[in-house]
Amino acid sequence: MARKPSDRRIIGTALRKIDAVAKVTGTTRFADDLAFPRMLYCKLLRATHPHARVVSIDASAARALDGVQAVLTGKDLPIPFGILPVSQDEHALCVDKVRFIGDPVAAVAATSEETATAALDRITVAYEPLRSFDSAEAAVANPEPRIHDYGDSGNLHKLIDLEFGDAAAGIAEGDVVREDLFFFEGNTHLPMEQHAAVAVWSPDGKLTLWSSTQTPHYVHRALAKVLELPPARVRVIATPNGGGFGGKSDPFNHEIAVAKLAMLTGRPVKITLTREEVFYCHRGRHPTLMWVRTGVKKSGAITGMHFRSLLDGGAYGSYGVASTYYTGALQTVTYNIPRYHFQGARAFTNKAPCGPKRGHGTPQPRFALEVHVDKIAEQLGLDPAELRLRTLVPPNSLTANYLRVGSMGLGRCIEKVIAGSEWKKRFRQLPEGRGVGLACSSYISGAGLPIYWNNMPHSGVQLKCDRSGGVTVFCGSTDIGQGSDSILAYIVAEILGIDPFDIAVVTADTDLTPVDLGSYSSRVTLMSGNAALQAAERARQILAVHAAKQLEVPVDRLQFADGRVFDGNDSKRGMSFADAVQAAEAAAGTVGTVGSYTPPRSAGRYRGAGVGPSPAYSYSACVAEVDVDPETGIVRVPTIWIAHDVGRSINAATVIGQVEGSIYMGLGEALMEEMAYRGNRNVVHKIPSLLEYKSPTTLEMCDVITYLVEDPDPNGPFGAKEVGQGPLLPVMPAVANAVYDAVGVRIDEVPITPEKVLKALRRKAKGEAGRVGPESFPDIPWPEPTRVPTPWEGGDGKAVEQVRA
Amino acid sequence: MGNESKAMIAFTVNGESAEVAFAPHKMLLEVLREDLGLTGTKHGCELGECGTCTVLLDGTPVLSCLVLGLACAGHDVGTVEGMASAGKLHPLQETFADLGAAQCGYCTPAFLLTAQALLAGNPQPTRDEIKDALAGNLCRCTGYIKIYEAVELAAARMRGESAEPTRESLYGA
Amino acid sequence: MLRLPSFRYLQPASLTEALRMKRDAGPDGMFVAGGTDLYPNMKRRHQEPRTVISLMGISDLRATEGRKDGTTVGSCLTLRDLSVLPAFRPYAAVATAARLVSTPLLRNMGTLGGNLCLDTRCNYYNQSYEWRKSIDFCMKKDGKICWVAPSSPRCWAVSSSDVAPVMVAIGAEYGLIGPHGERVVPAARFYNNDGINYLTKQTDEILVEVRLPASNGWDAVYHKLRRRGSFDFPVLGVAAWINWQSGAGSREPLVNDARIVLGGVASYPQEIAEAAAALRGKPLSDETIAAAAEAAYRPSKPMDNTDFDLSWRKQMTRVYVKRALEELRARHT
Repeated sequence: MARKPSDRRIIGTALRKIDAVAKVTGTTRFADDLAFPRMLYCKLLRATHPHARVVSIDASAARALDGVQAVLTGKDLPIPFGILPVSQDEHALCVDKVRFIGDPVAAVAATSEETATAALDRITVAYEPLRSFDSAEAAVANPEPRIHDYGDSGNLHKLIDLEFGDAAAGIAEGDVVREDLFFFEGNTHLPMEQHAAVAVWSPDGKLTLWSSTQTPHYVHRALAKVLELPPARVRVIATPNGGGFGGKSDPFNHEIAVAKLAMLTGRPVKITLTREEVFYCHRGRHPTLMWVRTGVKKSGAITGMHFRSLLDGGAYGSYGVASTYYTGALQTVTYNIPRYHFQGARAFTNKAPCGPKRGHGTPQPRFALEVHVDKIAEQLGLDPAELRLRTLVPPNSLTANYLRVGSMGLGRCIEKVIAGSEWKKRFRQLPEGRGVGLACSSYISGAGLPIYWNNMPHSGVQLKCDRSGGVTVFCGSTDIGQGSDSILAYIVAEILGIDPFDIAVVTADTDLTPVDLGSYSSRVTLMSGNAALQAAERARQILAVHAAKQLEVPVDRLQFADGRVFDGNDSKRGMSFADAVQAAEAAAGTVGTVGSYTPPRSAGRYRGAGVGPSPAYSYSACVAEVDVDPETGIVRVPTIWIAHDVGRSINAATVIGQVEGSIYMGLGEALMEEMAYRGNRNVVHKIPSLLEYKSPTTLEMCDVITYLVEDPDPNGPFGAKEVGQGPLLPVMPAVANAVYDAVGVRIDEVPITPEKVLKALRRKAKGEAGRVGPESFPDIPWPEPTRVPTPWEGGDGKAVEQVRA
Repeated sequence: MGNESKAMIAFTVNGESAEVAFAPHKMLLEVLREDLGLTGTKHGCELGECGTCTVLLDGTPVLSCLVLGLACAGHDVGTVEGMASAGKLHPLQETFADLGAAQCGYCTPAFLLTAQALLAGNPQPTRDEIKDALAGNLCRCTGYIKIYEAVELAAARMRGESAEPTRESLYGA
Repeated sequence: MLRLPSFRYLQPASLTEALRMKRDAGPDGMFVAGGTDLYPNMKRRHQEPRTVISLMGISDLRATEGRKDGTTVGSCLTLRDLSVLPAFRPYAAVATAARLVSTPLLRNMGTLGGNLCLDTRCNYYNQSYEWRKSIDFCMKKDGKICWVAPSSPRCWAVSSSDVAPVMVAIGAEYGLIGPHGERVVPAARFYNNDGINYLTKQTDEILVEVRLPASNGWDAVYHKLRRRGSFDFPVLGVAAWINWQSGAGSREPLVNDARIVLGGVASYPQEIAEAAAALRGKPLSDETIAAAAEAAYRPSKPMDNTDFDLSWRKQMTRVYVKRALEELRARHT
């Protein structure tokens, strides 16, 4: 091998995931694959009213059914919970009222699932219906009856008003001022695995829960709280998730219900949700109405922006406060916006709760922004790629809202897709019916702040070096298919110079592994990766000290590679990695290290500054090609070119996989996926099935040409940034912009359905505006804005009011 | 209600004869997972709307959530557990692993078996033939592309060609 | 997960045995073939038979036979069989329709008879028991009102078969057997425009075979509209059949007779006589095609109970009828 010993051997290489063989042989144990002797099956009785007081529940007939072991109702679990400390608004089983069709009111444990199902029919619930609201607009217009007895105003859960510099003055300086309205319909994660959980209670007072969760740490906290158990007696094990995408990041009512049932019956209890119930868990994309006004110079320079969003949150808080902030946070990290005003509102409605889906709160504003920019470019007579390239946020800079941008490869991303798609030969030059569209995006690599306030690390790793030469990595992170277990192994293997398949990875078990906050916010590679890197470097240091003594080589000359520890000047002078562990163990005892990661302190000090900061931002640029059938309005997407600045690939193959998967999910959102409800029929979910909720098949999926751009970020392990979510964001606006290029109509709404395209074409043919999209933004009782001077106005990240106080 | 008396059938599972007793209303999916412990077969809807529970019935891919266990008496059922032999992975399993065609892995057994049946009847499928054959299996992770590439690569190897993944498929364009 | 309720499962080896089993089971007995329609419906409590009698063990039902006056096809051939049988080349529209049903996996299980007898569909009906309880059920099962048209006395669930419109268009006949013997009905008379009583078949009758007419002088195509290229039921199916006038020589060929049948827009495969009338005796010119498409558009009345907006679906009738006829024209030249 000509390779120098100092070359990286693993980082950047395409490797199998360490669990790939388990996955392809069907031996991976998902939550529903677990079974225990004497196990009971749980079913939940769900509300058949969208908004009603629970007058009474009679479960006596269910309890009398042969095989039924226990029935729970809301009064058995009175303590509320929720993912955010500010939104502890859920009960495992509804106590006094139900807030959407699908809200659970009772839980049954029986000896078979069939018996549990039959028992549900024998539970009688008396409801007193309340007026229900099926849209954010309806919730804005009707403060009463309140869906929750908390929140900023009536049925408005959260109201945000943040102003960074005088945005109105900035906008007025533009040569062109453009105003647009957009709507992004809600959609859901649709993991192929339905949520499942199994609880085991031991008579010594210990509870163990296996669950398909992305966030075992938060489930741990919720179980201890609601069940009033000492946290040290609760063990949560996240089973490998059969897809998550954000849909398994909340603590869920069914997890608490099986735990309580196990405690009551002393028997293992399992629940596996039906597909319909997965739609009720939801926590997916918030339907979001948006209004944006931007001032732009003829050069394309943005002078100021005012952005408003109204989110339909559904029945509970979930991550919604964070989601609302996210609809305003990341506008500033792609194009330079010197002055910026954001107003965001989240409404409660009587639908399944919305929360974090891949891109959490940012795909909606990104859609609005990128289509808005496309329109501005046309208005200015500029190529939209050129406009974007002229206004890029510089690397290593601070934005108007105090987000610290590190490495920034968006310019290179744009150049890649422009070249690859032959943009300059095609944009505005393809025959009628065919078009190309460009859009860009950025996403966080983990959030700068934890969900509940604390000063502890966001991710921890323990590492054990065995005298066999094997290494075990312990980390609380959860593999949801993205390959996070493998990332731990690759990073440790790189540092210790061993084969990643000699590393055992133990993750997502609150008894065994140090806390990692969970698989959300695209945080795991960066945060648990940095923790693993630190633990591995510490282990290498210990091993090196003792190996150096034995080899009589200065410590700083030692290299770790190919399973050996050796003198960098004389590679023959060395020992096996196992011998190095043995030397260290003989000299100093068991070899184990720890590593942890805490993100850098964010620059913003204003209230609301907690959402948006990240150790590093990924960037993507995307060109979509479309064929539009003018007779039907049907849009086909043959090809998407995507360039993604991932900082550094840890494993190129899994990075490509995340990019392609993101394009797939974005394509579904762009063209067909939507959470549809029947407002006139009790606000039932119209299509809670895999047949009628339209997820693209092999026949809809486009070709994807992927370019990886590597602009290493100093905050990422080996420079790595996120890839799991960012590449989804530009797909929807790129398709919308391409539809305009193809047939000259603007669909300012997602999904871009044939009905909307045909309607816009008809309008255009009649000489009206060829557009389908929202027409107005409702009046909202915005609070007094929090005014934060920008960095270039001498601001220090604090709000002026706070300064006065 | 789960307390009815069980029925017994004899059939072949992954090449071995098996006898199993189960509640007579159970689907093949449930019999495999719950009565034979073959949990490699997954499920996503139990209504025939996703393809996740695919198994081979006499070599043909079918939805095990819609096949009654009793209807399988005397038939030959193949599951993902039967794909590797003597500790050696099937070529499709190798290429799915190498290319990252299995992300979360939940739909993977179904894709593997559907692809296996495709290649049994068509050793050199075109990309479009692969898409058609897999059009009844939903995947939410991969965007299917790595799955196509894995099927193509395995097909080439099964034809005796010494094929490797392209650089572009692993590292991008 | 969703499971079946308990029931008795019977596997007769002959039609006689099947009929006897059904007689013994009474109204609580149902026949099943591929199970791809019945079992999901049973899991959601649409049908609640106590006895299920499988027809898949009856070899007579899987025979294909060429006759002087056409071809007879057994009802338990799978849709996959139907889409690839060499004997089907003359019946390309039948094979096409079969190939467009659901997914390859489901077509390996679902049968011709099952698709022809497919329960009508509606997104107020194809839901779980608990979901339907939330809307106080509907007329088709457990309730009183058709939510698609609340003032209507009838159920508006949609005929969602792909193959049935083709059978009606090409003039196929269905062979049935029941306790009172055998009978043959034209495909068109097998269906009722009622979401509940959508078949004229009695519940104790078995659809044994389909008799396809001899393929001479006519041609047929099937076009399907749906969101995705797989899985989805038709929100519009267009089966178009044309009997060309013979001996037209070098002149533009003329339409002797035609049938246009729509699927997915009513509770039965809806034959549009006005569209056919617009074609008879005329060449398939752009003008004739447009007239036929317009004629099909007017009576097409999709309801709000499938995927897509109903007004768009109605507009698509014109486009899809036009495209079907254009394909027939292209095939003839």
